[in-house]
Amino acid sequence: MDHLQKLEAHSVYILREAYREFKSLSMLWSIGKDSTVLLWLTRKAFFGHVPFPLIHIDTAFKVPEMIAYRNELCLKYRINLIVGQNTEALANNETFPGGLDRLACCKKLKTEALVNTLSGAWGRQRLDFETGALVPDKSREAFTGVIAGVRADEEGSRSKERVFSARDEKSEWDTASQPPELWNQYKTEFAPGTHVRIHPLLDWTELNIWEYIERENIPVIPLYFNQGDGRRYRSLGCWPCTKPVESEARTVTEIIDELKSGKFRNIAERSGREQDKEGGGTLEALRKDGYM
Amino acid sequence: MKRMNIVITGHVDHGKSTLTGRLLADTGSLPEGKLEAVKAMCAGNSRPFEYAFLLDALADEQKQGITIDSARVFFKSPLREYIIIDAPGHIEFLKNMLSGASRASAAVLIIDAKEGIAENSRRHGLLLSLLGIRQVVVVVNKMDLVNYSRDVFDRICGDYSLFLAELGVQPQHFIPVAAREGVNLISGSANTPWYTGKSVLEALDSFDDEQSLEDKPFAMSLQDVYKFTENNDDRRIFAGTPSTGTISAGDRVAFLPSGKTSVISTVEGFNTEQRFNAGAGEATGFTLETQVYVKPGEVMVKEGEGSIKVSDRFRANIFWLGSKPFETGREYKLKIGCAKTSVTIEKIEKLIDAQSLGKEADRKGIRRHEAATLLLKTSAPVAFDTFDANEPLGRFVIIDDYNIAGGGIILEALEKSSARKVRAYSKHEVELNRFIRKHYPHWECINIEE
Repeated sequence: MDHLQKLEAHSVYILREAYREFKSLSMLWSIGKDSTVLLWLTRKAFFGHVPFPLIHIDTAFKVPEMIAYRNELCLKYRINLIVGQNTEALANNETFPGGLDRLACCKKLKTEALVNTLSGAWGRQRLDFETGALVPDKSREAFTGVIAGVRADEEGSRSKERVFSARDEKSEWDTASQPPELWNQYKTEFAPGTHVRIHPLLDWTELNIWEYIERENIPVIPLYFNQGDGRRYRSLGCWPCTKPVESEARTVTEIIDELKSGKFRNIAERSGREQDKEGGGTLEALRKDGYM
Repeated sequence: MKRMNIVITGHVDHGKSTLTGRLLADTGSLPEGKLEAVKAMCAGNSRPFEYAFLLDALADEQKQGITIDSARVFFKSPLREYIIIDAPGHIEFLKNMLSGASRASAAVLIIDAKEGIAENSRRHGLLLSLLGIRQVVVVVNKMDLVNYSRDVFDRICGDYSLFLAELGVQPQHFIPVAAREGVNLISGSANTPWYTGKSVLEALDSFDDEQSLEDKPFAMSLQDVYKFTENNDDRRIFAGTPSTGTISAGDRVAFLPSGKTSVISTVEGFNTEQRFNAGAGEATGFTLETQVYVKPGEVMVKEGEGSIKVSDRFRANIFWLGSKPFETGREYKLKIGCAKTSVTIEKIEKLIDAQSLGKEADRKGIRRHEAATLLLKTSAPVAFDTFDANEPLGRFVIIDDYNIAGGGIILEALEKSSARKVRAYSKHEVELNRFIRKHYPHWECINIEE
């Protein structure tokens, strides 16, 4: 087996452990390349099926093509999609741009929205297969197991993550006292009130993700490719904080070349994200409170 | 390109993060600007720059200058892609070190030349042997602080190899290093003219790739059974990752411990060409010709083949990480592969003391950070193997209070406890039992002929 086959097998194993052990499981889906690979691995693990809902936290600041792509894909494969949003913060203009700085905005629109969407404390919407529209979700089920596509090579605090990472009642991450993981045995037993983040992609690098997309021929959102203006997105997020990079890459193969030997060989992926730059350890602080 | 997981381990302050950080910097594996950013951060806080800051990403780690949790970092040599697991050396974070080390197929053990062999240098050696990591390199670091003295290096190597030999660990190389100065990391150095062996990077590149486990007899802990009904899917798929061997459509299989048998009908997949076989390490799934009712955790083998044992008793080496001791008279949960069962200590045979490897008689429990050889008894028979024969099915974890509190490897299967009542059945009873098991397997009737 080559390294991509090993990575795939390991991630599939993790997804199956999660599915067996958690009665109430969901998967965070950001529409980006990592979570699209995660979705593909899910269909690998469950032989074409996606046996749990995808959750998208819509900050209302996403690049618009992302939302259209999201709905189209979920309708095509009939995947249950749940959408959560901090409607109050949006109504009160507690955003960036608006009244808040970038990090405070992340906390409001992402962390708070995520925590309250998962717990069922806030109303949610789901995609209706018949009409293609979002409708209020009647269920207030709390999700105790949440699969997320974070990778260890993205930034420092993520390199310290566990595959099955316990969060307490307040969704906080205790970095100094994480449960042990021995071999392929993970924390799948948990006290009432805890919930667990499951990270099947920790060992993947950005390059691995693109190599796998190429090998499996996985459709990804066209924003990643240069459409003729010499720019493309390397990482997708909210438009006020995520900028496209200068790049001529029009295909997956060209992206791989760029990462392997070209201009991005030595440049960190999230260098286009403004919120990572505001002081040391800030993403760790966000993550301790429940940020992805 | 091949990939290998390496753990860097050793006592606190012996220089693990510094070695890893310098290795990243010298092989050009850092993202652009990272080194400059960390240097600027140090200058801004008026503290000397340390390579360790490249890895100690958590705020508390930078504040206290220690590694709290292991980090995964990626780097490449011309030969291989590595994930380096920089594990904490502080005793309090031993579980984090083990979490990191259990993913590795090779280890670098670091000893401070000035301080010499410390408590954790021994403990980590012991734990690596318990984890089954056989490829080890010992790095004697901070040689600059002992004037690159060959005597100091030789003495440490001599003492430490004696200790490791008792554990059955034989390091491939001993390397004198000054990590901060980059001495003997990538290539040889004029500072140690008496040393003609490999540099750290050359030693890493000389490790063997993991051996394929496909040549061994087939065994797979059943992870789950799926029956998704959407889109009129009527497959009943037995999913899992074979730990050893290969299997093909048409092969007769048995599930242990239930003993139920069937024949592989199809090998299932998604976005792949139709396949007829699958092997060790592949996350796969099968349909069977006849429907058997088995639970996750049973081990699927080729009928009549292999060394998988079924028993409720075995001898094992364990190490304990729980805050509460592992005690006789209490029930715990045991996980081997995907199987779960409750377990008790039958007998503590001997304590493996990290200091002396000596014995301590009459212990009622194993305390945090201790290792021991003991006899364990499960509430129901489980299928497993010895660690020597089949690593994945020869290791287990023990759950206490929702957490993995201990890990171990199985040394030997012991005879089943004879708690079950033995009685003679009449010929008619045996026939009826056979009839029911054949035609009504979903009643899960026990086999009285065993």
